[in-house]
Amino acid sequence: MTTMPLAAEEHELRVAHHEESHVAHHEEEHDRAGINRMGLWLFMASESMLFFAMAAARLYLNGFNGPDKGEVNIGLGLVLTVILLASSWLGYQATGAIERGNRRRAMTALLLASLLGIVFIGGVAVEWRTAEFSQNSPFGTAFFSMTGLHVFHLVTGLIGLLLAANLLRRGQFGPGDHWGITAVVRYWTFVDVMWLAIVFPMLYLL
Amino acid sequence: MTIAAAGTPPATRRPSAIRGFFPILRGLLFAVIGGLIGAGIAIAIRSAMGVDPFDRTPSANGTIPSTEQIVTVAFIVAALGWLLGVGFWESTVRGWLGYQIKGVPTDWRRYLTVSEDHKVIGIQYLATFIVVLLIAGLGAMTMRAQLSQPGNTLLSPDTYNRIMSFHGIAMVSVAVASVMGSFGNYFVPIMIGARDMAFPRLNSLSFWLVPIVIVSLFLSQLLGGWDSGWTAYPPLSVKNASGQIMFNLAIIVFGLSSILGGINFIVTIVKMRAPGMSWGRVPIFVWSVFSAAILATFFTQFFAASLTMVLLDRIAGTGFFVGQGGAPLLYEHTFWFYSHPAVYIFVLPGFGMALEVLAHLSRKPLFAYRWAVAAFIGIVGLSGIVWAHHMFVSGMPNALLGPFLVTTELISIPTGLIFLSALGTIWMGRLWLTTPMLFALGFVFNFVIGGVTGIFLADVPTDVSLHDTYFVVAHFHYTIIGGEIFALFAAFYFWFPKMTGRMLSERLGKINFWIMFIFFNLTFLPMFWAGLHGMNRRIATYQNDLANVNLFISISAWILGSSFLVFVINVLWSLLSKRAARAEANPWKARTLEWLVSSPPPVENFPSTPIVVGSPYGYGTGGRPHAVFGLAGASDEEVTA
Ligand code: HEM
Ligand SMILES: [Cu+2]
Repeated sequence: MTTMPLAAEEHELRVAHHEESHVAHHEEEHDRAGINRMGLWLFMASESMLFFAMAAARLYLNGFNGPDKGEVNIGLGLVLTVILLASSWLGYQATGAIERGNRRRAMTALLLASLLGIVFIGGVAVEWRTAEFSQNSPFGTAFFSMTGLHVFHLVTGLIGLLLAANLLRRGQFGPGDHWGITAVVRYWTFVDVMWLAIVFPMLYLL
Repeated sequence: MTIAAAGTPPATRRPSAIRGFFPILRGLLFAVIGGLIGAGIAIAIRSAMGVDPFDRTPSANGTIPSTEQIVTVAFIVAALGWLLGVGFWESTVRGWLGYQIKGVPTDWRRYLTVSEDHKVIGIQYLATFIVVLLIAGLGAMTMRAQLSQPGNTLLSPDTYNRIMSFHGIAMVSVAVASVMGSFGNYFVPIMIGARDMAFPRLNSLSFWLVPIVIVSLFLSQLLGGWDSGWTAYPPLSVKNASGQIMFNLAIIVFGLSSILGGINFIVTIVKMRAPGMSWGRVPIFVWSVFSAAILATFFTQFFAASLTMVLLDRIAGTGFFVGQGGAPLLYEHTFWFYSHPAVYIFVLPGFGMALEVLAHLSRKPLFAYRWAVAAFIGIVGLSGIVWAHHMFVSGMPNALLGPFLVTTELISIPTGLIFLSALGTIWMGRLWLTTPMLFALGFVFNFVIGGVTGIFLADVPTDVSLHDTYFVVAHFHYTIIGGEIFALFAAFYFWFPKMTGRMLSERLGKINFWIMFIFFNLTFLPMFWAGLHGMNRRIATYQNDLANVNLFISISAWILGSSFLVFVINVLWSLLSKRAARAEANPWKARTLEWLVSSPPPVENFPSTPIVVGSPYGYGTGGRPHAVFGLAGASDEEVTA
């Protein structure tokens, strides 16, 4: 885990640094990487609110009652969870590889991560087809909307991964310059975390 | 930062006027094409799933009109088409695909495309929302015509409800985006000594999402409009005309725009302050935008979620709010969980703006700066735990009444602090009663009335009778028009010279202020009385004994409306007349950074990095200036303030 230094503290440091070196060029003194990171964190924090809202709706409609026995396929749910975790892990392999300058490995990892993402979406499609509850029962409402919301985010993440892979193919990114890959992988992980922390427990475990 | 169009040689011929509109026209064309493609996709999917593409589909909630599913998909693809056409293809998507991206022109045409200069975007927001304000204002004038006598048949009840709903959401969008989007974008980077916002391209995306919202709200009228107000409560919003889905889609897009804007402001303010701009030296307007940006970033999702649930009930047959297990109260909770903080998104930048003007034009340091900042933060903290004060008569559990009464009244503490700061600032000051100052003082006066009446609405016993009456209508117009819109005008009169290099007429400005101030109060003060006497909110007619007061309100409202003409004339005259005075760099002799550069500021904002060495409000203290250019520790000759 990287922890962001307190903004104010960091700023003081920057000021001190500045006054020492009399840097005149403004552009260079902003820390672009930090700006990008903070923007992405805020975006993910904001998106997570959407998942919290849906979780709240699910609890409101259904209380702490779970699905009736056999309504959801917990075995399939667990398999899907593992697939998603593996996919995130592969994503991080891609970041690590490009950091070390290993483009081929980064490429393979990105593509495999995307592939697992597609398998996951397929799994959800199976769940949808075989679901025995109506989509307007309280549990059905929660189930279809939460998995739908999650798949929507997965699709956006998938597009991101594939765009990054394409840029990598065209020769962009290198050890010191891989924010594009880092960002999509982090977003991809975020979508996984939402599954792990909110969607899966709310639908399969409660 | 504006980049000259890459790849094309510098233009030798003057571009024709039409060329400037090319991005917008292409955006519209792509939107139409996208809409057709989207409709095609939806029809194809419906056929593939074995349902008649055009028939109503049976679903768990009865039947689903095919148009709503088709319109939803068409909307999404059309929105993407618009964005690509208006310039994001060249500026962004090409880059994602690994091709060279292109900049936008640097002449006037940049106002009509995806410029990434925060000053251009600020002006784009300002122009757009002034137009929306005027259009939604016409809606209000029409409603007051209907209400000028009981039993009037000028508008049918349905038309009335549709106009009321349009007026409501259009004005809410003005309230959300006008101060932040225009003056926030233009001045926050300058006031903190930055060259631009943290994410300039994202910033232009935030703006170019807005036309989608406005156009869709108009197009929704072709689908029957929507009559559920700006709050769009189900079950009505699940069962009314199909225009409702356009409303939902449009406002989800608007939410995205405000979330992206909020993130951009937070990162800019945290990360891009000039050397020496410690948190204790940040101008109060920047603090207020920062607070509102936090609210926008974290709460707007709940509005999006609420609207999505309604949409799913309509087009996907889920049962959030209808059917055996549906729970309409759920919507009220998630909706107000956003929409109460939203009222602070409206008004906090207004507070900041008023304090800013009061300090500069009273020639005194801002009183209790630290307390005012603490108040902004306190409001951000509290605003997430008061939402159910909108639901006292909704039938929610009685156990919730007391706690929400208490949390709501707690908010008066930080609000009061901001007031004390305002009053302490003007206390014994040498007030320079120019137009912006008048508007800022008007803000203070009006907001007292808005805030005090809020307390009656927050008290459960009184709210039980006042809820859904004109008392509420008067309350929120006092806070929003009397508060935020007055602050918007203060900001406009204060910063217009900086933005355009031209002065506005003081005389017309004062006429504008006095008509607006007097007739605003004459319009909305009687509404409290009408509400106390039982006049219902959102209704096209009323009891006969309220005829006189309503006629009075309507006449005042028309005069209030006409005061905007004075404003428009003032602006046009100043922009177009050769005799209008040019603005010098610092017509108000103010200390903050934007006044240390030319009017309008240079593209890069500053000749060199400003170094902040003192308070923005050190008037009459003989202390250090706010900022100097050049090297740290500059001697007094280099001091520009
Ligand atoms: C002093 C602090 C305030 C208090 C105690 C307060 C209290 C309330 C309460 C309890 C209601 C619900 C009334 C009802 O529907 O029965 C209400 C409605 C409303 N307030 Fe406030 N308020 C305050 C400040 C503000 C501010 C600053 C704004 C906006 C800038 C605002 C805008 C609104 C709006 C728009 C509504 C009506 C919402 C609707 O139903 O459409 N209020 N206020
Ligand atoms: Cu409220």
